[in-house]
Amino acid sequence: MIVAERKPMAEIIEMVQDCKKVLVLACRGCVTVCSAGGEREAEILSSLIRLGMKKGGKSIEVVTASLVRQCDREYIDEMDQFEDDGYDAVVSTACGVGVNFISNLRKDTMVYPALNTSFMGGSAEQGEWTEQCAGCGDCVLHLTGGLCPVARCAKSLMNGPCGGSVDGTCEIHSDVECVWQSIYDRLGSFGKSAQMEVIAPIRDWSAAGHGGPRKVVRDDLTV
Amino acid sequence: MSFDPAITLFSCHYTSQQSCAEEGKELERLGFPAGINLVRVACTGKLQVTTLLKAFEDGADGVYVVGCPEDGCHNVKGSIRAAKRVAAVREALVELGVEGERVEMYHLPRGLHPEFVEKGKEMDSRIRELGPSPFQG
Repeated sequence: MIVAERKPMAEIIEMVQDCKKVLVLACRGCVTVCSAGGEREAEILSSLIRLGMKKGGKSIEVVTASLVRQCDREYIDEMDQFEDDGYDAVVSTACGVGVNFISNLRKDTMVYPALNTSFMGGSAEQGEWTEQCAGCGDCVLHLTGGLCPVARCAKSLMNGPCGGSVDGTCEIHSDVECVWQSIYDRLGSFGKSAQMEVIAPIRDWSAAGHGGPRKVVRDDLTV
Repeated sequence: MSFDPAITLFSCHYTSQQSCAEEGKELERLGFPAGINLVRVACTGKLQVTTLLKAFEDGADGVYVVGCPEDGCHNVKGSIRAAKRVAAVREALVELGVEGERVEMYHLPRGLHPEFVEKGKEMDSRIRELGPSPFQG
């Protein structure tokens, strides 16, 4: 899932400073699962916006609603139902994709981001999420025992570990695992540690976004 | 500045039993502050962050929660969950530039205990010192 966190309230209050009415729009996708921008978090944010504005001596009407997702045209089209509400701006609690999609598709709608989009990850434990994938566009997981060196090695090394690996942890912090040590251990458990000796070639990072915004087109699905 | 604070107390069914004694008059007799609006809930673990924030939106100068002892909650983890939500509200208040002490969590024994009244007085005194809520506009 995409993992995100709410922006500091001072930043959000500054965004809506001149608004009389805003629509806080939750997303029932990834940000609901990571408890950053679902319906519950949108209700909390609405309350905090009202309180923050009141503290600054201003009043604001805040309407709270949600969409199934904010990363699909068909769901963004559902925003038609709020058209008559006369809000000055949408405060989206979706990830950055949702904010972009609203901006792309609703030419007359001002949209502000309530979240900082952090990474693609999973829930390691309740209330804790960790980065697992960097979306680099050229997956090497079949060579690394299913553990990603691009997302989980601080240096994104393709031939690890480096000299900073100590007792299975990374030199940047003792709380951070050395994923290359984990890769070595895991490959070893399958009798494939020789895989570690294969030198990975210099990587072409153009698929990782270094060649500009990426796009996937499936001719079999387009109509 | 002297003022009579409006305080909202969310208390679980078990720790607020004194409110039922003597047809509800015992708390008054023991000097429980009159400005505290007691809301009894089945379990403080049921309280949401929005519930606590709503109390501030509705004009409370301070909000506090009284739940079972951490290691003796009737619903096992209810009061621990409540404490986490109180902490989240406290953090949000500070983000908005408001004193975090306006919201508090107390873990108290169940049944009839003097601490229930003491904590009410403590909260009343604290909010009197802090003054009216900055959310009053």
